[in-house]
Amino acid sequence: MLQIISLLVENKPGALMRITGLLSARGYNIESLTVARTLDPELSRMTIVVDVDATLRQQVIKQMNKLVNVLQAVDLTESPAVCREMVLVRVRTAQETRTAVLKEAEIFGARVVDSSTEGFALEVTGDPEKLDEFIDVMRSYGEIEITRSGVVAVSLEPKKLKLQPPVLTKVAMEQTVDGSN
Amino acid sequence: MSSLMNGAKMLLECLAREGVDCFFGYPGGVTLPFYDALYDHHIRHVLVRHEENACFAAEGYARATGKVGVCCATSGPGATNLVTGLVDAMMDSIPVVALTGQVTSKLIGSDAFQEADTFGITRSCTKHNYLVKSLEDLPQVVHEAFYIAASGRPGPVLVDIPKDVFQAQGHYAPVTSIHLPGYKVFTEGHTGQIRRAAQLIWESERPFIYAGGGIIAANGSDELRELVETLDAPAVTTLMGLGGLPANHPNFVSMPGMHGSYAANMGMTHCDVLIALGVRFDDRVTGRLAAFAPHAKVIHVDIDPAEIGKNRAADVPIVGDVKRVLTKLNKVLAETKPERKERLTAARQAWWAQIRAWKAEHPMTPVTSDSEIKPQHLMMEIDRLSAGEAIVASDVGQHQMWAAQFIRFHAPRLWINSGGLGAMGFGLPSAIGAQFARPDKLVFALVGDGGFQMSIPELATIAAYGLPIKIVVMNNGYLGMVRQWQELFYNNRLSAVELDCFPDAEKLAGAYGFRGRTIDKPWELAAALEEAVREPGPYLLNVKVSPFENVYPMVPAGGAINEMVLAPPQPVAVPK
Repeated sequence: MLQIISLLVENKPGALMRITGLLSARGYNIESLTVARTLDPELSRMTIVVDVDATLRQQVIKQMNKLVNVLQAVDLTESPAVCREMVLVRVRTAQETRTAVLKEAEIFGARVVDSSTEGFALEVTGDPEKLDEFIDVMRSYGEIEITRSGVVAVSLEPKKLKLQPPVLTKVAMEQTVDGSN
Repeated sequence: MSSLMNGAKMLLECLAREGVDCFFGYPGGVTLPFYDALYDHHIRHVLVRHEENACFAAEGYARATGKVGVCCATSGPGATNLVTGLVDAMMDSIPVVALTGQVTSKLIGSDAFQEADTFGITRSCTKHNYLVKSLEDLPQVVHEAFYIAASGRPGPVLVDIPKDVFQAQGHYAPVTSIHLPGYKVFTEGHTGQIRRAAQLIWESERPFIYAGGGIIAANGSDELRELVETLDAPAVTTLMGLGGLPANHPNFVSMPGMHGSYAANMGMTHCDVLIALGVRFDDRVTGRLAAFAPHAKVIHVDIDPAEIGKNRAADVPIVGDVKRVLTKLNKVLAETKPERKERLTAARQAWWAQIRAWKAEHPMTPVTSDSEIKPQHLMMEIDRLSAGEAIVASDVGQHQMWAAQFIRFHAPRLWINSGGLGAMGFGLPSAIGAQFARPDKLVFALVGDGGFQMSIPELATIAAYGLPIKIVVMNNGYLGMVRQWQELFYNNRLSAVELDCFPDAEKLAGAYGFRGRTIDKPWELAAALEEAVREPGPYLLNVKVSPFENVYPMVPAGGAINEMVLAPPQPVAVPK
């Protein structure tokens, strides 16, 4: 079963490796993974889709939360959220099917991003199932090539971000005790 | 602000401020600047003979004290040799900081001499790891590493430091605060859940306490003891928890699990409330999970939220430091102790009668013989000399299980062993770390003939530092635990388990300048061990034991823990 995880991650060296490494070490297959900056340039938002038994979903979140660089791990699989994916499709069309392809593209809300005598490059976003259908339809017109972005998701309810406060080191505590410095 | 110093000196300054008094390491090319700074520094560096043993020794130090153990290795092969120790510390939640040298920053990624991707390699075997990119970051990183290693669920943290960072000049500014916004440590325990736990406990007729390594890590022995006595409940401690409750405590049953006692495993199976404290429901304890403690409601206290519900669903989950949670729980239990106690008392008496009956039915009786030394006999003799007070650093295998069954520990941090990883070669180096940590203590390195030969180089370390470690080799001429499984589950086809060459112990020890001896007669055992203990320096006692003795009781892999095999199957397996 597919689980959709949203992670808020510090942009620290190796953060991505820690996350993917943890998933592979525990035997969870990554279906897709996207990562990009947030409003705060020091943080990234990741959306990961993993193929995991439903009973293990909580365990995956807990393991993610153990990583020092993960500020928040949320399971969006069953909570209110919008999930979208983008696909770029290059479709080779014969002269006589060009209009039909454009018509289908319009039905799916796809945009033409390149057009040549060979065919089109189309861009479409939607939920992953809709994209599957679009790809099937395009395939019926001839040879296609696709690149999918992987799912990006946003929760529709505010998720409280609990950050840990700074802690004093031994050095600082000794100073307090001594009253020195 | 302090005077100008190089990165190597700054690292030593950080270590000193963390209270490091000694650490274990092995130098190399890129750590030359660090070792140069060490030359006139007060922190003691212990030169081991292999980096793997530096990490095991650091673990021994940490396990014996609860302080962070520190080890150090050079880049490339030095760093990769640490890996086994790091995984071991990870599995057993031991606080270790590993310092590794790395090639000069501008060479990273160029396949330079002795370069390895230490940061990448150790990602999965550390709690967290760092590659220090500039001297400015060094103090912050080192103090963070110690904080992460020791707090929450303890574990190993590695800091990889390029040679140019050691050489760069800068000022040390004391690090006064650490801010890790994503590092979540839950210590207090949910008050509501603690109250629910207390209620469940007071309603219980057959409570059973299952305490593990978390009790040791949290220094929660006193609180455990109070709980045990408040409830008058039977208690077991796992392989990692031995000493968490004194072995001579009347409520102590024994160790549970694959080689646990009949009473311990039957108690787990028949209890109605299982109070699980700092444990992770490891497969070696639970056997077949579906059949584990089938009648029990589970109260599970652990500092790591990911352990709760991982293997067994908890009816009352409590995330927190087991010491602090027990302090609160004991308080709530005292406040809520039921007025009318007749039913409770009667139920508790019946439960104890049952536990005692199980104990009597299949007691843990050591096997002895007039003609040969039985391994159990050896453990009983070590137990006699230790009187519950000595440190026993064990290797991995049959001797480890017999030791856990028969050597009693009256305090925590005396029993040192590789529990989760089961890393052979752990015993001798961890004894070194423990002896440095506790120079006042009698330390036994209890090893098999297999594990001993993995760590023989460390005899040099023991000799060089004059460590009065008593090395006891339980020598059965086999990789005994593997052979036991071949006998039982592979038609007695003994494949690659015979260790038919073992050095002469007297000559071997003599070559390093200390005393050694081999014995094989049961009547020699007591006096030989006493002589080893009396010896002011190190001693190597090679004890040739009955070669085909196997560890019982035994729960076959995949079996339920109440389906123990209590004695060898008949006819007894005979060697080919």
